[in-house]
Amino acid sequence: MFRPHPYFPHTQADVDAMLARCGVADIEALYADVPPELRLKHPYDIPEAMSEPELRDYFARLDAENRTLKCFAGGGVYHHAVPAAVESILARSEFLTAYTPYQPEVSQGTLQYIFEYQSMMCALTGLEVSNASLYDGATATAEAMLMCVAAARRKRRVLISATMSPAVAQVCGTYARWHGITLETIPEHDGATSLEQLREMLGAGDVAGVILPQPNYYGIVEDFTGVAEDVHAAKALLVLNCVASTLAVLRTPADWGADIAVGDAQSLGMPMNYGGPYLGYMCTTRALMRKMPGRIVGATTDRDGQRVFVLTLQAREQHIRREKATSNICSNQGIMALHTAAYLSLLGPEGLREINEAGCAGIHALVNALAPGGRLTPVYPDRPYLNEVLLRVADGLTARQIIEAAAAQGILAGIEVAPDMLLVACTEMQNRADIDRYVELINDLPLHE
Amino acid sequence: MNRTLYNHLIFEYSRKGRRGFTLPRRDDAAGSIEAAIPAATRREASPELPEVDEPTVVRHYTNMSTNNFGVDTGFYPLGSCTMKYNPKINEALASTSAVANLHPAQPFFTAQGALAAYWQLQRLLSEIGGMAEFTLNPYAGAHGELTGLMVIRAYHADRGDSARTKVIVPDSAHGTNPASAAVAGLEVVEVHSRPDGTVDLDDLKDKLDETVAAVMLTNPNTTGMFERNIPEIAETVHAAGALLYYDGANLNPMLGIARPGDMGFDVMHINLHKTFSTPHGGGGPGAGPVGVRHGLESYLPTPRVVRDNNGYYTVSEQSNSSLGRISSWLGNYTVLRRALAYILSLGKENIVNVGPLATLSANYIMHSLCDLYELPIPGPCKHEFVFDGLKDKSSGVTTLNIAKRLLDKGFHAPTIYFPLLFHESLMIEPTETESRDTLDAFILAMRQIAEEAKNNPDELKQAPHHTPMAKPDETEAAMHPRLTWKDLTS
Amino acid sequence: MENIYYLPTHEYIRVEGDKGYIGISEFAAKQLGNVVYVDMPEPDDEVCAGDDFGAIESVKAASDLYSPVTGIVVAVNEALIDNPRLVSENPMANWIIEVTIADPTELGDLLTPEAYAEHCANEKH
Repeated sequence: MFRPHPYFPHTQADVDAMLARCGVADIEALYADVPPELRLKHPYDIPEAMSEPELRDYFARLDAENRTLKCFAGGGVYHHAVPAAVESILARSEFLTAYTPYQPEVSQGTLQYIFEYQSMMCALTGLEVSNASLYDGATATAEAMLMCVAAARRKRRVLISATMSPAVAQVCGTYARWHGITLETIPEHDGATSLEQLREMLGAGDVAGVILPQPNYYGIVEDFTGVAEDVHAAKALLVLNCVASTLAVLRTPADWGADIAVGDAQSLGMPMNYGGPYLGYMCTTRALMRKMPGRIVGATTDRDGQRVFVLTLQAREQHIRREKATSNICSNQGIMALHTAAYLSLLGPEGLREINEAGCAGIHALVNALAPGGRLTPVYPDRPYLNEVLLRVADGLTARQIIEAAAAQGILAGIEVAPDMLLVACTEMQNRADIDRYVELINDLPLHE
Repeated sequence: MNRTLYNHLIFEYSRKGRRGFTLPRRDDAAGSIEAAIPAATRREASPELPEVDEPTVVRHYTNMSTNNFGVDTGFYPLGSCTMKYNPKINEALASTSAVANLHPAQPFFTAQGALAAYWQLQRLLSEIGGMAEFTLNPYAGAHGELTGLMVIRAYHADRGDSARTKVIVPDSAHGTNPASAAVAGLEVVEVHSRPDGTVDLDDLKDKLDETVAAVMLTNPNTTGMFERNIPEIAETVHAAGALLYYDGANLNPMLGIARPGDMGFDVMHINLHKTFSTPHGGGGPGAGPVGVRHGLESYLPTPRVVRDNNGYYTVSEQSNSSLGRISSWLGNYTVLRRALAYILSLGKENIVNVGPLATLSANYIMHSLCDLYELPIPGPCKHEFVFDGLKDKSSGVTTLNIAKRLLDKGFHAPTIYFPLLFHESLMIEPTETESRDTLDAFILAMRQIAEEAKNNPDELKQAPHHTPMAKPDETEAAMHPRLTWKDLTS
Repeated sequence: MENIYYLPTHEYIRVEGDKGYIGISEFAAKQLGNVVYVDMPEPDDEVCAGDDFGAIESVKAASDLYSPVTGIVVAVNEALIDNPRLVSENPMANWIIEVTIADPTELGDLLTPEAYAEHCANEKH
C-alpha cells in the first residue's frame, strides 16, 4: 500500500499493527468525519517524486539560471564575508531542529545563545534590553512603531523620515494603515531628515513616536544632536533604525537618546540569500522592557544553584492579553540570532571595526576614482557617508542602463533610486581590482544623445 | 544530549587581543572613518564584544548544542507544532553558495533561477491548498495570519464596506489568532466550542453580522477534531458577507485528504516549518505563505513574482488594490527552497500519504494510552489529540510533572496547558516521520509515568532528575530580570 | 468591611469619601501567584468605569486591571514598583491606585462583598 520513502518509516506490517490497535480496518475509517464532497477529487497536479540525485540536478539547473555578481549594491543588504566557522556552528542540528525553548531543562543551548545575542546587541546599541524575535529590519521597525503607540496609550501619530529606506517605510505604512496609526513623513533637506520640519510636526501634538534612519537610505550619516530632547519634550519615543554593522563605529542609539533601536542584522555577516532569512533586531530601555514584543531570555538559577537561562517576562502583551495585543510575534528568529552571536564572537570589536574601515575606504576610493570620468558623482557631496553613497548619473546615461550593462559583465553596480540616481555600497568584499574594473566599465559605457 | 550542564558564556572566554576571523588586506589610502565621519556622529568607546579565537568559538557553541533537544535528538511530540523530520537534502540545497551571494535587488535577468523556484513553489502550494494564488513573502505563521487578515481588510475596503471591524475566533484557537487580529486593527469576538471541541454553529450564527470581516478557523482544530460542519459554516459565513480564514497550522493531516479551498476557505496561510519540513531553528526563521481563492489575488502584498508569456520572471511592485508591503523583499528565500525540495522529494505519489500516516500515528498513541490518561474528546482524532491529564488524579500529579518526567526518559514534552478548554491539557502530535518503534517507546514511557504517579508520586513531582539542569527559579528571573552579560557582571 | 465593592474581573474599590482605592481581590491574588510586576497609570490620568487602567503580571499570567469607577488618578502605590510581591502578600492593604470618584452612582453597578464571594465560588468550577 505505501511505497517506501526515506521520510516514512512505516512498513505494511507496522501499518497493519497500528490499525489493529486503533480498532479500524483501514486509515480511511479515521477520516470518516470528512464529508465525501470535500475529499480530493483528483491526485494533486504536482511532479512525481524525485530521488536525491534528481533533486540535486533540478536545483542545479535552476541555479544555473542565476548569476552571482561582484556586489556593489546595498540598500539594506550588504555582501560581507561569512566565516566558515559560523556555517559549521549553524549546521549543528541540535540547534537547527529544536523549537522555541519551552522546556528550559532541554533547551539551554538555544536559551544561552539568545542570552549572548541579547548581550551583544545591547553592547552595540548601548541600550539595556534586546529580544531575538523579529523577522527583518522592516518588520522590526513596524513593531517599534506599534510599541510607540502602545506606550503612548491614546496618541496615534507617528513620524518617519523621508530618508528611511522605502521598503522599511512601506512596511511601516502597511502596518499603520490597518492598525489605525497615522504615519506621516518628515521631509528631507539636502539628503538628511529636516530637523526643522520635525520640530514643527512635533509641535502639532499627538505624536507617539519618531522614526529616523542611521545611516539613512542614501548612505548619509545624519546628525541627531538635540533631536531626542525635542522628541521627549513632546512625550514621544525616539526610534532609530540603524544598519547593524555600523553600530560598531557610529554614535550609539543610546548616546543619541533613542528609546528603541531597530534594524536589520543582515549586515552582521549574514548571506544575502536573495532576500532572506535575515533578522530584525530590537533593543530598548529598561523602562520599556515590558512593552517590547517577542521573547526575552533571562538568567536565573536552578534548584541545584547552577546559573541557567529561561524565557522570562513571558506574561506580557500578546501572551495573555491576546485580543488587546500590540504584537503577534510569538517565536524567536533563533538560528539567525545564533548566526549573529557566532559572527560577533569571531570578529570581536576590532574585526567589526575593520569591516567598517574596509567599507569606508572602499567607497571613498571608488568615488575618488569615478570623479575624473564625471559620470557618477555624489548627489549630496557635503554630507558624510560611511560605506554607501548616492551617485548622480551623468546626462546620456541612466541608472538602469549602468546596472544592466554592468551585470552583463559580472558586476552589480548598485540600486536604482531614480532614473538618474544610483545607490552604491562597499564592504570588505571588493578589492582594488574590483573597484578599478567598476570605474573602467562606467567610463567605457557609450553615451546616448 | 549531555547530562552535565555546559553553561559558560562566550564572554567568559574573552581575552584582549584574541581574534576569530581576519579580513582581506586593503591598500586603499582613501577614506579613514575619522576623515569621513564627523566626531559628533562617531562612537566613543568600542563595543564590549568578546575577543575569542576560532577553536574556542567552535568548541563553545558545539558544547552548547549538546544541551539542546531537537528533532534530530529524539521524538518531539509538541502538539500543533508538527515537529517532523527535517530532511538533510533540504539543508544541502538551501545552504549553498549558489544562493548565498544573490543580492535581492540584482537585475531579474541574473536571478531567473531564484524567481523560477519561487514561482514553482507558489504553484505547488496553490495546488495543495486548493487556492488560486499564493504569496511567499510572509516570514512566519503569525506573519502569515496578519497578512491574510490584511488581505481580508483590503477586500472589504475595496468594496467600500468599512463597517466590518470584527473577526470571529474560536475559544480553542492558537493564541496568535486574536493577536494577529488585534495588530490588523480588528476586534476579536470569541465563538464557543461544543464539548467535542468543534465550533458551536448556533453561537457562530448569533455572532455573525454585517460588522464581521472574517471567521478564522483551524481545521482540524486544536483538539485534533475535523470540523465536519465546515460546508455549512462556510455557507453561513459567506451569506453574512464575511470571509473564511484557514489557519494552516494543522494542515499536515489534510495532505492527501482534502484541500482548504475545496472546504470553502477564502484565505489561508501555511507554516512551511510545520507541514513542509523546514527546520524550526529554535523558533525561526520559518515561513508563512498566504493563499487566496480566485478573486482575491489583487489584494496580496507587494512585491509579487510574475511570469510573462515567454516564461520570463519579473518582480512587480505595482497593484492598486494590494494590502501593501509586509516584507523587505520576497520572504525567506532559503526556507522556501527547503519546502520546494521537500514537496518535490515526496512527489504526487508520496505526499498523499503524509496526512494518513500522521493521523494513524496519533490515533495509535491515543488508543495505547487512553486507559491511563483522561481523553476528554473520544473518537478518531486527526494528527493530534489532547489528554486532560492522568485518569487517576488522586496522586496530585499534574501535566507539568508528566511533561518534565518525559524529559528524563529522553523525549521532548508534548504541548502542555493548551488548548485552554481543559485544565490539564497534554497535546500530543507525533507526525508521520516517527517509526512504530519510536511510538512504542513513547507509549511505554507514558505508561511508566502513570505507574510512577501511583507508586512514587513524590519523586515524580520533582522531575526532571536526569536533564542537564534542574527546575529553574522562574520567579527570580521575572522579579529581577538579568538579561545581558553586563547585568551579570555589574 | 463596608464601603468595599468589586468587579467580576476581581478588582476591588475601597471608598473613603470622594476617593477610592483600587486593587485586586484576595481571590485574584491567590490565582495569580507571585506578582512580579504591576503596570500602573500616572497621576492625573483618567480612568473610566469598565476600562483597563493597567496590568498585573505574575510568572505565569498577566491580566488587565479594570477600573470599577470613572475618575482621575490621584496617586499610584509606589511601593509596588520595587516590591510588587506586596500585592500577593496582602492585596487588600496594598491598593494599586487611588482615584477620585466622579460619579458615586456607578458604585451601585458593582458587586457587594457577598455577591462577589458567590461569584468567586461559581468561578472555581
